[in-house]
Amino acid sequence: MSKITALDLAKNQKEISVAEFFERNKHILGFGNSTRALLTSIKEGVDNSLDACEEVNILPDIYVEISNHEDGECRVIIEDNGPGVVKKQIKHIFGRLLYGSRFHAIRQSRGQQGIGISAVVLYGQLTTGKHATVISKIQEDRPAAVLELAIDTNKNRAEVINQTITHWDKPSGTRVEISIIADYKRGKRFVYDYLQSTSIVNPHAQITYKEPDGAIHVFERTSEVLPRKSVEIKPHPYGIELGTLIKIAKNSKSRKLSSFLKTEFSSMGDRTVNVVCEEAQLEKNLNPKDMTRNEFLAIHKAFKKVKIMSPPTDCLSPIGETLIKRSLKHETREISPEFIITASRPAATYSGNPFQIEAGLVYGGNLPKDSSVKIMRFANRVPLLYQQGGCITTEAISSIDWRRYGLEQKSGKGIPSGPAIFLIHMSSTQIPFTSESKEAIADVSEIENEIRLALRICARKVQHHIHKKVRRKKTKEKFELITKILPEIANKSSKMLNKPVPSLEAIITEIMDVVWIEDLIEYEKVKSNDVKPVQTTLIDEKMEKHGVGVITKSTIMVVNYKRKPQKFNLYVLIPEDAVVGMVEPKPVKISDKYIKWNLDDIPSADKVDIIFELAGLEEGDFDENDIYTEDINPSFVIGADKWEGD
Amino acid sequence: MVKDYSNVIKKIDSIASKIYDDLQKPEIPYLNLPTRSKSNIQFDEKLNVWKYGSNQIERSAKSLDGAMMLLRTMYMVDFIKQMIKVKKSSTLREMYYISEGWDLGKFHSQNESNLLAEDLEVITSCMREDFKLRPEEDGARVIGNLTIEELTRNNRKKKIHCQDDVGDSGYTIPYNVESEKINFKSIDADFIIAIETGGMFDRLVENRFDTSYRAILVHLKGQPARSTRRFIKRMNEESNIPVVVFTDCDPWSFRIFASLSYGAIKTAHISEYLATPSSQFLGVTPSDIENYKLPTDVLSREDIKSLKSELTDPRFQDQFWKNEIKLQLKLGKKSEQQALAKYGLDYVTDTYLPEKLTEMGMIKK
Ligand SMILES: Nc1ncnc2c1ncn2[C@@H]1O[C@H](COP(=O)(O)OP(=O)(O)O)[C@@H](O)[C@H]1O
Ligand SMILES: [Mg+2]
Repeated sequence: MSKITALDLAKNQKEISVAEFFERNKHILGFGNSTRALLTSIKEGVDNSLDACEEVNILPDIYVEISNHEDGECRVIIEDNGPGVVKKQIKHIFGRLLYGSRFHAIRQSRGQQGIGISAVVLYGQLTTGKHATVISKIQEDRPAAVLELAIDTNKNRAEVINQTITHWDKPSGTRVEISIIADYKRGKRFVYDYLQSTSIVNPHAQITYKEPDGAIHVFERTSEVLPRKSVEIKPHPYGIELGTLIKIAKNSKSRKLSSFLKTEFSSMGDRTVNVVCEEAQLEKNLNPKDMTRNEFLAIHKAFKKVKIMSPPTDCLSPIGETLIKRSLKHETREISPEFIITASRPAATYSGNPFQIEAGLVYGGNLPKDSSVKIMRFANRVPLLYQQGGCITTEAISSIDWRRYGLEQKSGKGIPSGPAIFLIHMSSTQIPFTSESKEAIADVSEIENEIRLALRICARKVQHHIHKKVRRKKTKEKFELITKILPEIANKSSKMLNKPVPSLEAIITEIMDVVWIEDLIEYEKVKSNDVKPVQTTLIDEKMEKHGVGVITKSTIMVVNYKRKPQKFNLYVLIPEDAVVGMVEPKPVKISDKYIKWNLDDIPSADKVDIIFELAGLEEGDFDENDIYTEDINPSFVIGADKWEGD
Repeated sequence: MVKDYSNVIKKIDSIASKIYDDLQKPEIPYLNLPTRSKSNIQFDEKLNVWKYGSNQIERSAKSLDGAMMLLRTMYMVDFIKQMIKVKKSSTLREMYYISEGWDLGKFHSQNESNLLAEDLEVITSCMREDFKLRPEEDGARVIGNLTIEELTRNNRKKKIHCQDDVGDSGYTIPYNVESEKINFKSIDADFIIAIETGGMFDRLVENRFDTSYRAILVHLKGQPARSTRRFIKRMNEESNIPVVVFTDCDPWSFRIFASLSYGAIKTAHISEYLATPSSQFLGVTPSDIENYKLPTDVLSREDIKSLKSELTDPRFQDQFWKNEIKLQLKLGKKSEQQALAKYGLDYVTDTYLPEKLTEMGMIKK
């Protein structure tokens, strides 16, 4: 046997083509089978459209169409009203694998979650042999470019097969048409779920979906406000890897270690830079370009030892409780749920990456009572539809005993069953997925912790609701007793005896023996010049556009049915997005979370009406008062809970 | 004969006054009445029957349920007062339907309205006849050598002989059996036999047991109506004729005997009007199941539950009942009167009843 030499081996060593690369990795890229491929194709397109629109402050209007030419082949169309793509970039973006703009930026975006739109073009080409068509318009008064594209798989370059211009009604936008082999029958449920879920966490987007049979679903826009723009941030020292550290140093313009650390990383002030350098036992004046691997290692180690401030979190763009609630309400309106609860945690970090957890819970109505709860998982506003079992969100839900909260669960562990939908949304500059297929969030203890805390808030609110329901019933009974039955007893007895009807006030007080709190919420449509929103995160664009808005008016009636005068503090929770308008009587405090009143000496059998108005909300956003009392025995009060502090 | 209702009106008004006075004090209005349950009945030595004890419950307007009851009470007493005024009467069922118009005070089932009518009897110590209320159920049937004089609707007195003047189904006991309505003119019999089921009553009629054994046969129709019990009691007391009770062999039948003999729990406030303390249980006893080798059924779970409950019922505390109930629980079986047909249609009249009645000393050999 002759010896095989390196030269022999070299004959077989060549750059592998993108086609081969794709073929080998297609399962982790989301094209493992023809069902998945359909969803992935749509997802890549829609995610890009949403990202692009948001980037230029356009409310996304997205159109998705699947037409089923012949068995096994679908033509997928994704169209948006975004900024479009400049002509010379089109062939790179759609005809070259791994050509993106978001790969290096540290900010919250959807793009991170897929391999990119060109992979869809490639998949289509490999499976159907057909070319993709891209139409793009970037300026109102210019024609749209139409490109027919193929990919040269050996060179990983686009081939422009045909190029024309056309008139397009839109001011700007992008339309992609790709033929792919896809199992529409089995994949359609996922596509629908994906679009519906996407619409829930992107209330500012309008998504229209046309199926092969012509059926059209419209997932309506429920918010006219674009999400806060996520900002790009520098990497945080805690999360950096040695190799990346060295690479950043190579590209840095800084000549000194101290300025390098200060400018290339977040949370590095002068003081922290000094401490890091001391810890690493390195001169602050070292030129990063001259540093050895060992010196970088010392810095890398020092990063881990020194206490460094958390990264800024304003780079995140959470959805917000009001919008989550509004969207869930809109999408579940056919189920007519009993209540919808939301919770939002403050931003936190894991290994230097900022993240934030939001949760929602839909309960009751026509939801099935005896199957497992539905879990909707989202990462940076992108629904995660596969690998639910391996996701940290599922684990967090399973670790809580839900039996006290109206759900069933064997031995208090595992996915509960009952009429509920759980929603978990994680926003982060870096979502730690369990694998390249990016369908499940990895087991990171800081994240699990935050999810659990968010779920606990939900659970507490559920309990609050259950109590409220019981209390409402009791309250209704008592009210019926004093307003109807007792007067009727008095009437009947006096009529039989031919005597005057006695006054019942004292007896009513004696029977009730509580402070009674009842509330009412009304919505009033108003002209925009009647109200001037002061400051709000939800700029009411609709109001500006259409000249009408909604004022949420809440009336709280407090009646003292105790024998003695009562004096206490009353709190009402308000959504953070709301702007407080008129309040009566004068409150002692208005914070962004609550309004507080000091109720002085309400005489026995007397009543106080509290009224406040909220602007900046849609009708139904605020549909329930959470009322609390302080400095009064809670058992004296019906209709409010004890205030437990801020 | 016109009955004087002024006392009834006074008592009814006193209920309204109690509520009205409470409201005026002011105090949360309430009414007290004895607890009407097994745990609150006591044997009255003087009357020889079971009556309510001293446990009271309070119906107070403090709770919604209590207030509802008070409101219904007000509606009912007002209704009764109206009926007395316009000289009408109504059945319990009619009153239930009339309550449909009582707005918040309306009843959800007839059982509720019946119970409240009984409550009113208890509170006022009146009888529901005083309230112009009558049951809708028709009375039971009687066959035997006795003559009844009944006041007919057109106010004529009519004599009825309960063998010669009636058909095979016998004389039907009316709902009013007080002396203003019926009287016993002549009775010639050695004992009264109260029978639970119609089938057995008809068997005894066909076999002429009433003539061959000088018996008065009364069909109880299950749990006997007040008028049936009152009728038997009057025959027993006025003519001094002993009463025996012949039922199926199961816990429900034992309760039929108890209500006839000791007084029923629901009507313990008027036990002295209704119960016949000297009546005796003839059978079918659990011992009979064994002695006569009768065909049986297995006791259901409800049967066992009510047998056990009877073991703690103060009315079943004598040795006879304790032994029989325990025996039945041990056998785990129950049987019916008509199971005696196993030995032929005449067996009950030729063998079983003569044997049992001899044992009880009702007939001599
Ligand atoms: N519909 C679109 N409208 C405007 N720009 C787009 C659109 N689709 C893609 N792009 C641009 O092309 C880039 C590459 O997209 P893609 O390959 O999907 O990678 P990624 O989304 O990760 O950036 C995007 O970052 C964006 O700048
Ligand atoms: Mg993309």
